[in-house]
Amino acid sequence: MKTLAKHREIWLLAAIVLLIAIIALRFPVFARPGNLLNVFNDYSILIILALGQMVVILTRSIDLSMASNLAFTGMAVAMTNAAFPEIPVVFLILMAMAIGTALGAFNGVLVWKLGIPPIVVTLGTLTIFRGATFVLSGGAWVNADQMSQGFIALPRIVFLGLPVLSWSAITAIALFHLLMTRTAFGRSIYAVGINPTASVYAGIDVGRTKFLAFCLSGLVAGLCGYLWISRYVIASVEVANGYELSIIAACVIGGVSIAGGIGTVAGAALGALFLGIIGSSLPVINISPFWQLAISGSAIILAVVLNARGERRQGRIILRRAEA
Amino acid sequence: MSSPLALPFQTGGHPAADSTGSSHMIHTSVESPKPLPAGGEITPLLTLSGISKNFPGVRALSGVSLSLYPGQVTALIGENGAGKSTLVKILTGIYQPDEGEIRIGGQPAKLPTAHAAFEQGITAIHQETVLFDHLTVAENIFLGHAPRTRFGMIDWRTMRANAKEVLETLGAGHIDADAPLSDLGIANKHLVAIARAMSIDARIVIMDEPTAALSAKEIEELFLLIEFLKSQKKAILFISHKFDEIFRIADRYTVFRDGQMVGEGRLAGTTQNALVRMMVGRAVDHIFPERQPKIGGPLLAVSGLSHPTEFDDISFELRQGEILGFYGLVGAGRSEVMQAIAGMTRTSRGTIMLRGQEIAPRSAADAISAGIVYVPEERGRQGVVIGMPIFQNVSLPSLKRTSKSGVLRLAEEFRLARTYTERLDLRASSLSQDVGTLSGGNQQKVVIAKWLATKPKVIILDEPTKGIDIGSKAAVHGFMAELVAEGLSVIMVSSELPEILGMSDRVVVMREGRIAAIRENDGLDAEMLVRLAAGIAQ
Repeated sequence: MKTLAKHREIWLLAAIVLLIAIIALRFPVFARPGNLLNVFNDYSILIILALGQMVVILTRSIDLSMASNLAFTGMAVAMTNAAFPEIPVVFLILMAMAIGTALGAFNGVLVWKLGIPPIVVTLGTLTIFRGATFVLSGGAWVNADQMSQGFIALPRIVFLGLPVLSWSAITAIALFHLLMTRTAFGRSIYAVGINPTASVYAGIDVGRTKFLAFCLSGLVAGLCGYLWISRYVIASVEVANGYELSIIAACVIGGVSIAGGIGTVAGAALGALFLGIIGSSLPVINISPFWQLAISGSAIILAVVLNARGERRQGRIILRRAEA
Repeated sequence: MSSPLALPFQTGGHPAADSTGSSHMIHTSVESPKPLPAGGEITPLLTLSGISKNFPGVRALSGVSLSLYPGQVTALIGENGAGKSTLVKILTGIYQPDEGEIRIGGQPAKLPTAHAAFEQGITAIHQETVLFDHLTVAENIFLGHAPRTRFGMIDWRTMRANAKEVLETLGAGHIDADAPLSDLGIANKHLVAIARAMSIDARIVIMDEPTAALSAKEIEELFLLIEFLKSQKKAILFISHKFDEIFRIADRYTVFRDGQMVGEGRLAGTTQNALVRMMVGRAVDHIFPERQPKIGGPLLAVSGLSHPTEFDDISFELRQGEILGFYGLVGAGRSEVMQAIAGMTRTSRGTIMLRGQEIAPRSAADAISAGIVYVPEERGRQGVVIGMPIFQNVSLPSLKRTSKSGVLRLAEEFRLARTYTERLDLRASSLSQDVGTLSGGNQQKVVIAKWLATKPKVIILDEPTKGIDIGSKAAVHGFMAELVAEGLSVIMVSSELPEILGMSDRVVVMREGRIAAIRENDGLDAEMLVRLAAGIAQ
């Protein structure tokens, strides 16, 4: 399976390179390193969110509330910043992560202790968190001129040639990779996703593992709340509305199985980049936004078909063994 | 001490007059052979001959034959793993035989799909019915062959009326055709399954442990129905572990042992003991390891352990260095007791003491850290994590030991995996290989290695050699002998008599959720164990 998954990521990488090459035929500037780094920076937030979502999906769950969590947390830190500009940004980032984790933990508790299906829980909290954002702000916006300089500047600071926002995505990729491959927690995530029954027998608390996965996706959503608001310098109830679908799409295109247990950090990150390339290239080569949507949609279905094929082959092996 | 439970229906193929009094059957056998003079042999409706079925590493059936006669009940008898289920799956079109011939009504027949079996008039009624809980009774009866209106839509009115009619002919008029199936008890669900069989004009009815979940009264009702089906000239295959039922309802018997047919004939004139002997008598094809048990003091003491629905008042002791066999029929509650000891299910009463200290494991993790591990029966579902490499499978319950503040130490993981897989003589090209690419026997070795790596004091093996090849069996048995020689204690749940007799120091026999007997394995014989497990001996 490892080799199969590896193949999948290599294929995705090849698809991305091919895509860039095709676009470069009509619009050579697009393929310049400077522009590609810009695309990476533009989609850094999606990459980070997709990593959090991936962990949840690996445990056979799904987190539909990430974008709403992001909006609420973003609004909370923006309002704090507007009211108390003297609070250092580092503290606001920690606050964003804490709020995000708390919201994720709320999802996690409902899944763990009440046994409600994750899709139902997070469909509910998707609306609740969005509504709470409205209640918190009274429907008002927080504008650029209300935010402190430090708050806005941080993601844009260039360090070793890259903005801090890009570095956050790179750091997240590295940390998630270590988490998933080098820690007991990461191992339990995969075990729970592949075979929950065997995991229970092995002494792994399946519910608790899912809870922690939701905490992690919440943490990531909270962090991205700050990143999003400081990048687009506006906080409103509408922030990232519907973005949960892009997050999930990135995971699916990246080879993360919706059935759980299969998926890698590299895959999820590449899936997000794939969406990034499509989203940022099609407008410049004058393809209408409707075609953009159609192309992203086709990519999702194609990815699912390819992944399902891979998994089916595996399923046969399982069946043969089970009969033996 | 056996008590032959006789016998009102042992007279052969012609039961007394139709007990339900219905002479206008809506469905009769289309091709039922001409009646022959009473007492004479009749032509079988279905014959299987020379049927073989192989699975990788296992020969499930080898050259078996079976005949089913119209208007007669044939009992299929055999230990667990004798090949009964495989045969049922062949008859219902789920498996294809590798060799052999199926004849229905004298004509060679092929059953390539479940639908083909259905078209041939073969239907199966399972232990747990395979009907649809959320559909109504009428829908269940006519699923797949519902009456249609002129426009091709389902003709609900006719369907309901027909459903009522079929139910009434079965004496089951009390069942509401519009009720959702989930409202019905198991006995009534069986009635619906039989009504379904009647509605598709089934000629051959397979009943796989139909009484397992029924009360005594419901069993009586089921038997009345079977008599009715007999009067309709249906050929019935009746699979049961319960000898009293077999003698009560069946006309003929066929005995399977290790995938072979070892005897058949009329039930009249045979005895329970003769059938038991056929079931268990076998050539010795497997040498169990010689060992000199060094049994120490009590290690694990279970007393009065009870569960609201699964088992009651389970008390036994496991000594240091002992192999304690747990024998019983499927569904006797052995696995359930073991799961409770391993912290997987809660008990209502009773205590578990390990080395004189009470433990109350609330999760598998608790039991593992106390030193009790449970190697579950279903290797594929509960044991291995297919898609993970071998070394990760082995270290899964030991992640606390192979990691340092949550960070895995790969070298430590590999060391652990290598140590234990080498001891079990695992055949794999690399420990990074996906466990799903291994054979069943080697997967089982990975599962056992994984549990040994937790350094347990007590290891509970549930059907440790089920469905694996002879070579791997011998390896597992040899290994069990080594383990106890090192002072570990083993509980072995097994339905294979040779394994129980060949490996155990003592044997606990369970029946219907209670302990029926605890015996030293000294002069025990297979027949005695079967009689204890079936409740026909004290």
